[in-house]
Amino acid sequence: MFKYLKQLTSLVAMVAVLFTFTTESMAAKKSKTLKNTQKKGFVRCGVSQGLPGFSNADAAGNWTGVDVDVCRAVAAAVLGDANKVKFTPLSAKERFTALTSGEIDILSRNTTWTLSRDADIGLTFVGVNFYDGQGFMVRKSSGITSTSQFKNGISACTNIGTTTELNMRDFFNSRGISYEPVAFEKADEVVAAYDAGRCDTYTTDKSGLAAQRTKMKNPDEHIVLPETISKEPLGPVVRQGDSVWEDIVRWSLNTMIEAEEYGITSANADMMKTSDNPQIKRLVGAEGEMGAAFGLDNEWNLRIIKQVGNYGESYKRNIADTGILPDRGPNELWTKGGILYVPPSR
Amino acid sequence: MTVVAVVLVFGFFTYNAQVNMENRGIDFGYGFLSQESSFDVQFSLIEYDGSHSYFRAYLVGLLNTILVSVIGIFLATILGVLVGIARLSPNYLINKFAAFYVEFFRNIPLLLQIFFWYFAALRALPLPQDAEAMFGISFLTIKGLFVPAFIWENFNIFFYSIVAAIVAIIVIRAHAKKVQETQGKQTPVLLISIGLIFILPLLSFLIGGVRLSFEVPVLKQLATTSFIYEGGVSLPPELIALALSLSLYTATFIAECVRAGIQGVGKGQKEAAASIGLTQNQVLKLVVMPQALRIIIPPTTNQYLNLTKNSSLAAAIAYPDLVLVFAGTALMQTGKAIEIVSITMFTYLSLSISISLFMNWYNNKIAITEK
Repeated sequence: MFKYLKQLTSLVAMVAVLFTFTTESMAAKKSKTLKNTQKKGFVRCGVSQGLPGFSNADAAGNWTGVDVDVCRAVAAAVLGDANKVKFTPLSAKERFTALTSGEIDILSRNTTWTLSRDADIGLTFVGVNFYDGQGFMVRKSSGITSTSQFKNGISACTNIGTTTELNMRDFFNSRGISYEPVAFEKADEVVAAYDAGRCDTYTTDKSGLAAQRTKMKNPDEHIVLPETISKEPLGPVVRQGDSVWEDIVRWSLNTMIEAEEYGITSANADMMKTSDNPQIKRLVGAEGEMGAAFGLDNEWNLRIIKQVGNYGESYKRNIADTGILPDRGPNELWTKGGILYVPPSR
Repeated sequence: MTVVAVVLVFGFFTYNAQVNMENRGIDFGYGFLSQESSFDVQFSLIEYDGSHSYFRAYLVGLLNTILVSVIGIFLATILGVLVGIARLSPNYLINKFAAFYVEFFRNIPLLLQIFFWYFAALRALPLPQDAEAMFGISFLTIKGLFVPAFIWENFNIFFYSIVAAIVAIIVIRAHAKKVQETQGKQTPVLLISIGLIFILPLLSFLIGGVRLSFEVPVLKQLATTSFIYEGGVSLPPELIALALSLSLYTATFIAECVRAGIQGVGKGQKEAAASIGLTQNQVLKLVVMPQALRIIIPPTTNQYLNLTKNSSLAAAIAYPDLVLVFAGTALMQTGKAIEIVSITMFTYLSLSISISLFMNWYNNKIAITEK
């Protein structure tokens, strides 16, 4: 009798533990993510394992990059402090599982927006913070200056679990070139193998190539070929099923881009409150009730601009000034010949 | 009681996963296996490219895992037995060298060893255009090992001649055993076997019309400083590095099993065998080894299982094994995490159980039969 009682208690305890887990996951309705984030006091953000200009940690563990700034903007909006972010470095392979399983709440990791990712695997893309395309890097000494010089038998190093692998196949197949794909799990190993001479070419997004080139033993020995073989709109991703959180992340990014459009910077944001332009006033929380729909106060967007800066400041600080891609190319505002165009905050 | 608890726990996990997946709009199902995979794999034993299905990609990964495990087990066993015997050698140098090897390699984490053999050894290899030919026909380069391919004519006749030789050897062995048991006469089975395995295939060349020629790899220029070998068979450096590190690592453990097994046979056994007039070879073959094997096999089985499971570290150096191809790329492209991880786990489980079953069968076969 006593023996059974003991077993019964342990069973009851086990079930009780399990049910506390259930109730938590059942509460995953409405904006659980916002509530949880405010309760925890930090935004849980998934980033890359080190891609200069996008998400890269310095020796002291401080993360910088345009992808990092998206998470910082959300932290500024919902917590009032852009530094209240917990960054989780993820490989290409781990990133979506980390997001769907709830380990992180925003994935801001140079991730390409595609139909199957958006529709199939429980993810929602909220926008584009960098327009990119896949390219190839080769050694200067190879004499290759264009992808049209690629020949049968070429070996190409890349990452697994990326759109790169699929684009590469489409590219070589459509040209009838046989190739050897050498796919690694981590970017650092791809670079090391390519640098050692294992592969004739290294292929990934062009921004990635430009950033990784700075990590090579001798960056001047390598060139990025001019051709772009795919469209790679990179942007932040959230879990499907929490539309309020999705809106918060989307509009945090939009605020940064629109602020640049209206000339609002981290330095002049406070002064803009007295601007004559109602659109500017809305962007700095001086007019309208722009935060109410998210369950936020009215100065959420002002905090983003003050603490993180507008998109142009972020780009300049992380990508242009570091020498990765000084020319903004398509990532320029639509008013200045680029394709950055966001819906209005009103 | 325990069963109920286990069922409850599993039921809860399944239910919880279902609820969460429904909330996030993720479908569950294995239908994706028949869809087109649309990614290529570097190295495959069966015909495969991106136009094949995910299931085919799974097979490619599985076969690559089996390939590297088989090569690894084969090399580790040979090396392990040699080193194990060397550790018992009266020769000081051999003995200490073997001991050093064992202590060195088994105390460094395997992943580090894999990285070492891949990145350090890889950088030391020449580029294809600088490679010296080995035996004039093979090239070891940073892009892999290039060896000649065999081109057979009438291969089936050659194949049948080998089968015939093996059948003949089995028959002769059985006959020799009977002769020894009834008349006490010994037949030189080994010599006859070696003769048969050489003579029959040789005959197939002489009178069976079998021809063998080689396709030697030829250097081809891709760009000013970029070369590759074409023709022949190429083994990727990832496979070589992985097989090498797995077997060097596991051989240390097997060596210790072998040493323990031989030392576990009582000295009295050898002396008794010698006293009834058996030669040194017969003592080893008939008395020591059968008893030592009984000690060696069970722990060695564990090492074989470890090697097979450790082969999943392949993902770190781009060898397209089951984990890299299926639980890596395929998982990413489909997003079917639960399905793919469950299949992968089940596959490793089946592989391990098959190895265990085979080794248990072998162990039973050599166990003492009580009369």
